Amino acid sequence: MSIDNLQLDDQSRLRHFLTIEGLPRSLLLQILDTAESFAGVGERAVKKVPLLRGKTIVNLFFEPSTRTRTTFELAAKRLSADVLTVDVSTSATTKGESLLDTLRNLEAMYCDMFVVRHALSGAAHFIARNVAPHISVVNGGDGQHAHPTQAMLDMFTIRRHKGGFENLKVAIVGDLAHSRVARSQIHALRTLGVAEIRAVGPQTLLPPCLESLGAIPHNQLSDGLRDVDVIIMLRLQRERAQGALLPSTHEYFQFYGLTEEKLVTAKPDAIVMHPGPINRGVETDSEVADGARSVILQQVGFGIAVRMAVMSLLLGSQAAAEREGNQ
Amino acid sequence: MKLAIRGGLVVDPANDVNEVGDVYVAGGRLVEPAGAGEFTAELELDAAGRIVCPGLVDLSARLREPGQEHKATIASETRAAAASGVTTLCCPPATQPVTDPAAVVELLPPRTARAGMARVETLGALTHELGGKRLAEMGALKSAGCLGVSNAGRPIRDLGVLLRAMEYATTFDLTVFLHPSDPWLCGDGQAHAGAVATRLGLPGIPETAETVAVARDLLLAEQTGARVHFCRLSTGRALDMVREARNRGLPVSADVAAHQLHLTEEDLLGFNSECHLDPPLRSKQDREALRAGLADGTLDAVCSDHQPHERDARLNPFAATEPGISGLETLVPLTMKLVEEGIVELPRAIAALTSRPAGILGLDRGSLSPGSPADICIIDPTGKHTLDAEKMFSRGRNSPFLNTEFAACVTETVLNGRIVFPFS
Repeated sequence: MSIDNLQLDDQSRLRHFLTIEGLPRSLLLQILDTAESFAGVGERAVKKVPLLRGKTIVNLFFEPSTRTRTTFELAAKRLSADVLTVDVSTSATTKGESLLDTLRNLEAMYCDMFVVRHALSGAAHFIARNVAPHISVVNGGDGQHAHPTQAMLDMFTIRRHKGGFENLKVAIVGDLAHSRVARSQIHALRTLGVAEIRAVGPQTLLPPCLESLGAIPHNQLSDGLRDVDVIIMLRLQRERAQGALLPSTHEYFQFYGLTEEKLVTAKPDAIVMHPGPINRGVETDSEVADGARSVILQQVGFGIAVRMAVMSLLLGSQAAAEREGNQ
Repeated sequence: MKLAIRGGLVVDPANDVNEVGDVYVAGGRLVEPAGAGEFTAELELDAAGRIVCPGLVDLSARLREPGQEHKATIASETRAAAASGVTTLCCPPATQPVTDPAAVVELLPPRTARAGMARVETLGALTHELGGKRLAEMGALKSAGCLGVSNAGRPIRDLGVLLRAMEYATTFDLTVFLHPSDPWLCGDGQAHAGAVATRLGLPGIPETAETVAVARDLLLAEQTGARVHFCRLSTGRALDMVREARNRGLPVSADVAAHQLHLTEEDLLGFNSECHLDPPLRSKQDREALRAGLADGTLDAVCSDHQPHERDARLNPFAATEPGISGLETLVPLTMKLVEEGIVELPRAIAALTSRPAGILGLDRGSLSPGSPADICIIDPTGKHTLDAEKMFSRGRNSPFLNTEFAACVTETVLNGRIVFPFS
């Protein structure tokens, strides 16, 4: 079964949200537009809409996460769904229960959606393929493969600041080799039609054949940032600087850390993004992270609206499919 | 029983035979009567339109017994072998416990004899417990009947140990079967380091994991004088090195798994864990090079690399699945597909399944020479069928070829003069 078939139903509605790859531009724009309509909800006195009342969403986290988990939880609650968060990294699977057994047990509790985070690439696909047909799966990050809701909130942020995507030059800086966020961003940026995507980092942190995804590799930060409209910094796991990939975080910061001086080659109105959490003094210094061009904190807020959009679209497709089934 | 197989296309590469004719069996051996009229058969098989060739010799099939009987058993897998035209199969020593001389002498013969479906040969361990640190008791293994030594894909990180192991193997005139893969370059890799691995976010195994190991092993072989056989080559570059070494006169041979001649890294898209293999599926260029290597004889043998798994071994995200294919039942269909597509000549394809692997194991089998044991495989090149999990004979139903349509199938297998397939 191809990835597209797994994500879309026969009416091309979103069944699961696993990867940006293969999704049409119109669908990505629909997610962004829907998120736009939810963006104000959090500022109201009553921060809830009744769209998903009576629905049950299970956050299935096989890997620890604070930010993604809490924004998914908040998104579900603001849509009036019941939310259950299962931290599987500390429960069943450590007792030897298989992933599939965990899944079957949760299915038996009549839930409507799984939000899955797992340390292995392809885990969300595996779950989507094996889950009961009435359950939708949202990929909350699988290994080094994909993190589509993060990429969509980044697109949301870019559109808010730049108005659109055409003619934009975007640099993604850092550890692309191990980044699920970067892979999803590249697919999203390409689908939304930006002019140029650059992948900037030392050769050890750029995966082979990046061009085949549509990104142009750059080893020098100054070249990579030249005339760009958007700079996306990636988080550097500190253990990467302890093996054969990087000599030290100190040297990384020296050559790839973002500072006001290094920003001079970028466009004057370029925005700086980071999926968080930031290693200050490694990927970027505080001056940039907290500076005028940084949109990092807005990203977090937008993350709730985008996740509300994805959840409501998925459960909307479920409802539409049910109505058709009843007719 | 006296058996006559009449009117088939007899393909016997060892004797340079490739013509329509009859094959006669008496007393478990192939015989050549003075005239066709002088042979009174108790059973006649009409093989018109079929290919009659020596029983297949498979250089690598894991039977999972002893130690992993939840996956498969000697009985179940030798039955699958019979249904696949395989009359001799060779097991790597990676059983639990690791094959020891006692197992070769005491455990395997009675169990395979009870099953009575195929001849089972074994390789012994190259290092103690396959640990890569101390030499295995190669002399005793040879005396017990092992046909060669291998570390079964487990790494030998210390090249000093590998050098000594090769030297020691020459003492007993044992062929060293090597799985060329550098453990450091391989790392935690799951897929060929290329566009597909990058797309799927799977850690990559670079081409150099294999080429560096082949280069190193060739140099060690040259120094020690060991006879080496490279198992399951996956890259074109490694094949070039083997070709060059052989041209220099080194006693080197190599094989490929049948599925590597058909699949590529692209088949992993969508996280198809049935294509989780070791070595990994490589690029399209590599596959073309492997096909050319088979056609020109650089690759001596095609094997099934049979690795049956229980269903649960596959029910996990890609990286957590166990690698390998249940390959016996697609060995003939996949190899014949190359013949159908004009990639390999029929005699060459049959040689790669029979006489060449027999030669690598030092066995006087894989031919239809009069006087040799009557191990025969009959293939219907127009035996259109679809691989159906429910109808597979192996306990392992793990195959990326399920529901694939094939043109050729095995119709009869004769082992030691007895028809073992179709099952009576």
